[in-house]
Amino acid sequence: MNVHEYQGKEILRKYGVATPRGIACFSVADADAAARTLGGKVWVVKAQIHAGGRGKGGGVKVAKSLEEVHQYASAILGMTLVTHQTGPEGRVVKRLLVEEGADIKKELYVGMVVDRGTQRVTLMASSEGGMEIEEVAAHAPEKIHKVAIDPVAGLTDSQADAVASQIGVPPGSLAEARKFMHGLYQAFVDCDASLAEINPLILTGDGRVLALDAKLNFDANALFRHPEIVALRDLDEEDPAEIEASKFDLSYISLNGNIGCLVNGAGLAMATMDTIKLFGAEPANFLDVGGGATTQKVTEAFKLMLKNPAVKGILVNIFGGIMRCDTIAEGVIAAAKEVQLGVPLVVRMKGTNEDLGKQLLRESGLPIIAADNMADAAQKIVAAVASH
Amino acid sequence: MSILIDKNTRVMTQGITGKTGAFHTRLCREYANGKACYVAGVNPSKAGENFEGIPIFGSVKEAKEQTGATVSVIYVPPPFAAGAIDEAVAAGLDLVICITEGVPVRDMIATRQRMIGKQTLLIGPNCPGVITPDEIKIGIMPGHIHKKGRIGVVSRSGTLTYEAVGQLMELGLGQSTCVGIGGDPVNGMKHIDVMKLFNADPDTDAVIMVGEIGGDDEETCARWIKANMTKPVVGFIAGVTAPAGKRMGHAGAIISGGKGTAQEKLAVMEESGIKVTRNPAEMGRLLQSVL
Repeated sequence: MNVHEYQGKEILRKYGVATPRGIACFSVADADAAARTLGGKVWVVKAQIHAGGRGKGGGVKVAKSLEEVHQYASAILGMTLVTHQTGPEGRVVKRLLVEEGADIKKELYVGMVVDRGTQRVTLMASSEGGMEIEEVAAHAPEKIHKVAIDPVAGLTDSQADAVASQIGVPPGSLAEARKFMHGLYQAFVDCDASLAEINPLILTGDGRVLALDAKLNFDANALFRHPEIVALRDLDEEDPAEIEASKFDLSYISLNGNIGCLVNGAGLAMATMDTIKLFGAEPANFLDVGGGATTQKVTEAFKLMLKNPAVKGILVNIFGGIMRCDTIAEGVIAAAKEVQLGVPLVVRMKGTNEDLGKQLLRESGLPIIAADNMADAAQKIVAAVASH
Repeated sequence: MSILIDKNTRVMTQGITGKTGAFHTRLCREYANGKACYVAGVNPSKAGENFEGIPIFGSVKEAKEQTGATVSVIYVPPPFAAGAIDEAVAAGLDLVICITEGVPVRDMIATRQRMIGKQTLLIGPNCPGVITPDEIKIGIMPGHIHKKGRIGVVSRSGTLTYEAVGQLMELGLGQSTCVGIGGDPVNGMKHIDVMKLFNADPDTDAVIMVGEIGGDDEETCARWIKANMTKPVVGFIAGVTAPAGKRMGHAGAIISGGKGTAQEKLAVMEESGIKVTRNPAEMGRLLQSVL
């Protein structure tokens, strides 16, 4: 789960991570008031959406007067911000963060992720702040410093100091940097984060170490013990189809193609998408109905896929193991009838009671195209969509 | 022979009285030698009772001491799953198979740290389990789609593993052991660990390795295969079409920071002498072609 920058900073401040002072705003009047409350001569007006690249897209502006704060807040609130992470459709800005301006002397990068290889939280830091870390990794990997953190000992002072020195924190600011990294690690662990990125981390003219930006992701499996983080969820930032899917315990992700697919199991669902692509078309979604594919779940899955106007055909691929194929066939038939399916449907079923399942589909009177294997199914749906 | 488990393995179920644990323990007990294999259940609040004749003990340690079980399978709910693994490791079991899906990553980091230096092997969490066909099944895979043979299968996914097995069966190829290592980012045995066992198993002739996007376990395994493996390996990686940054169902199936793409994995596997296919319907035939 993602949160907004301002929410991430609020969490981090509780752990002693220094940030510029700032106030979240939901209207231009809020922004005016926030700038006055903060005082000073320079403010930063920042669009709050769950995507990076906001500055390049015009969603971050430095204001040098209260009038400019007003002007930028008016321009950014309600704008459709397009960045490399939002996709071409962009995201409407509904929240702002107004912050005091910072005297930036140097921009650095600090991030934390769970490293699968070492099975530990890993601190990553670089002197190249403000750039995407993937770019740094591709062009100057020697500038990324990594420390795997022992879960028992935690981040040690000497580790923190060594990394800070490597990325160019001067001796006079090492104590602040140490406090910063300790706070970040503690927040990461306590809140069950899966990713924390401070990009940039800045050194100010007077030697302070501040998080100028903050991106936090949280482990969905651990949200049950963090109601305070669940409360930060902003449904405006999520795909409505994915929200709808989660209500029925379906794992759904919208994609750009025109063939809807309904599969049991995440690996098989990905493999099915890949097979569609292999035969020249693009999947419209990832959809894993899970192990217990009941009639109700299958029906909801069909409704969900068909809400996407781009869908021109549906491929159902089920490996019936514990779940029998005849049960799945009944679900598919009921769902197809209920939604009055108007696009071609190819069904491939394999496993327990396969023949009975196929027979039910044949006798349903519905124009269901049966397929023998995944490749056959993909070819049939691609052909059916092309000629429909 | 086989790897990890066989008809002489004695198993306890942690979480035997829960809905999932009860359902699958029943199916496992009905499979092949299951009646002899499933000897204990663990539930601290129901110690002294029994589950359809299987005695329930208050702790893993007690279950091990009383029945000689050396393997456990875990179905307890996610908040308690890592604790259940810890208990099994502390009791010195040989192998723990954690089926539970949705275990917090932080819990697994702590558990894996505690496992350092311990003899216990872990499969999972979030996995279908392990089956040595016609001998024993530990997990949620459909037993009847398998049969005994000489092909090893190792995979991060559940149904995609069944798909591979189904294709082998159509060609008349049985399996020595099938291992579902699970879809979580921090877990127990990786592809490489299972591959080493298959390489050493005289009754495994060739291996199907099924991977998916995220991490670099497949690459690590491929490099090991290139240097050490004496048997043919074929592979498939799911997620060529998966966009970066989107979690594809499994917590571990995500392309992040430009790493863990299917193309990258397939390329390393090919360089390592593994025959790969981009068509998942061809896994079985590809395997047959290398025998």
